[in-house]
Amino acid sequence: MTPTSGTRGLEVDVRARRGAFELAASFAVEEGTTVALVGPNGAGKSTLVSVLAGLLPPVQGRVVLDGQVLDDPARGIHVVPRARPVGVAFQDLLLFPHLSALENVAFPLRARGMPRREARRRAMELLIRVGVAGRAATRPGALSGGEAHRVALARALASAPRLLLLDEPLAGVDAAARPAIRSLLWEIVLAVPGLRVLVSHDPPEALALADRVIVLEAGRVTQIGTPEEIRAAPRTRYAAELAGLNLFRGELERVEPGVGLLRTTEGELIVAWPHGVQAERSRVLALVRPADVSLHLRPPVGSARNLLEGPVRDLTVEGDRVRVRLASRPPIVAEITAGSAARLGLRPGTTVWASFKAVEVRVLPA
Amino acid sequence: MKPRPPFGLAAAAALGATFVLLPGVGLLSRIPWDRLPALLASPLVADATRISLLVAGGAAILAGLLGLPLAWLLARARFPGRALVRSLVVLPMVLPPVVAGIGLLAAFGRRGLLGGPLRALGVELPFTTAAAVLAAAFVAFPLFVLPVEAGIRSLDPRLEDAAATMGASRWYALRRVVLPLLIPSLSSGLILAWARALGEFGATIMFAGNLRGRTQTLPLAAFEVSQTDPAAGIAISAVLVALSVLVLIALRGRLFR
Repeated sequence: MTPTSGTRGLEVDVRARRGAFELAASFAVEEGTTVALVGPNGAGKSTLVSVLAGLLPPVQGRVVLDGQVLDDPARGIHVVPRARPVGVAFQDLLLFPHLSALENVAFPLRARGMPRREARRRAMELLIRVGVAGRAATRPGALSGGEAHRVALARALASAPRLLLLDEPLAGVDAAARPAIRSLLWEIVLAVPGLRVLVSHDPPEALALADRVIVLEAGRVTQIGTPEEIRAAPRTRYAAELAGLNLFRGELERVEPGVGLLRTTEGELIVAWPHGVQAERSRVLALVRPADVSLHLRPPVGSARNLLEGPVRDLTVEGDRVRVRLASRPPIVAEITAGSAARLGLRPGTTVWASFKAVEVRVLPA
Repeated sequence: MKPRPPFGLAAAAALGATFVLLPGVGLLSRIPWDRLPALLASPLVADATRISLLVAGGAAILAGLLGLPLAWLLARARFPGRALVRSLVVLPMVLPPVVAGIGLLAAFGRRGLLGGPLRALGVELPFTTAAAVLAAAFVAFPLFVLPVEAGIRSLDPRLEDAAATMGASRWYALRRVVLPLLIPSLSSGLILAWARALGEFGATIMFAGNLRGRTQTLPLAAFEVSQTDPAAGIAISAVLVALSVLVLIALRGRLFR
């Protein structure tokens, strides 16, 4: 152990390579935080989890947990996985197929030298807490998906880790078991002391469960903030989608009093000139709520200054709402009611016009 | 449901099955049941059975000890010449056993490659029970390595990563995760190696000779007595058939799945 400071929490500033992929991540989070690590597939979320678990030594930088340096290649420091105060729930669970649920949960305790009887007693307590005590003697192959997830979560908690890594804890859980596992996560798993890192590509889940959100894209941290901050001011298109918003990035130019033209690489928008912006030209981010976008089968005539034409790329049903993604210039997502979608007869390929008013575009400095 | 095979195919397949079964049926039909107890109780058969069990058991264990690290390396490591090493492992399977025996003499014999150093250590292998074990282990080696390599290959290395994140040392993970999961392929490998060692003839007779009570295994004894007393040869063969059936039961279709 190499204490460097008294701060409790996780400080990460690393470069790591896995094959041709390079991760360069830098962030710090305080103790007691639930961190959601979000990003598209291939963004490096699992690579970062491997680095934190000690399975992938970084090529450069530092990982410091509660003042203990876990990685610092420049000083030749790499704490091996088994010596880290870390618990991992793997995406594909990786339960030991030849051990019962009880022995799986007891494994981290026994591996660290706890006598068998004591380890089993503690493992049983954990199985009771996660609600699968009745399946203690069952091997993973005979457990249902939801039960196996519960056992994997119990096993990650068994050693009372200071850093709990949950890699897609709801992936592969069938829809029926999902609410129960989510509330288990919320009430028990994420309630343990220390730091919890939750990897997720499910935006509502991430924003609902986390205190802090780290957005990882193409191996880089593109935004870090509270769920409220991400919702209010997403910095990238992915983060905007996470928050359910359309995001545009480009150069804003005044074209008439109170009105600006936003040029993006994928098309143009008319926006109400933002208060407080003096420069005639500036780089900005622009947000449009999907619910503010109307869809029409014929070009509408009205006050909306923005009119985008394009075919429907896909439709996603969320309850009684439908999110319609248009391959327009620039591309945009509209949210309409299921009834409207049915009335318009929307399907992928249908050409539609999307309209929204200039005042419905929120402009933020880039 | 698989479709019903056409008649021609079924007939041809039946021919193949008959071909494989016929020698066994022939053997059973010629067993001299009245003399069988006396033949099996004869000192010659008793000695050969004892030597055979000793040699086959020793050979399976030796092939296992020498083969496990190699199987591990072939399954998990990438190194130059891996494909070559892989083919060399199979060599004893394709090499005529007599040639294997001559090769073993050339390596471990009195005037062989290691003959001098071995003699300096006071070890003389040829024509000892140890030589019979060595010869049988050589031919049985690939039959242990191949299934075990396949078993290790099908073992998810991430289970070992998972064990490491749970505080398990390499040794602890080996003992509680890796070896228990390898038990099926290890036992397949040992059983196959044992069965091959039990039937070994050519390499044994070249390298270990045919000395009753020391190197004369059941196949060698069957060959010897068949020259003068075919019925006795059949009786010994019946013992080997019984042991082969036990092997099949032990494998229970584990061989091809």
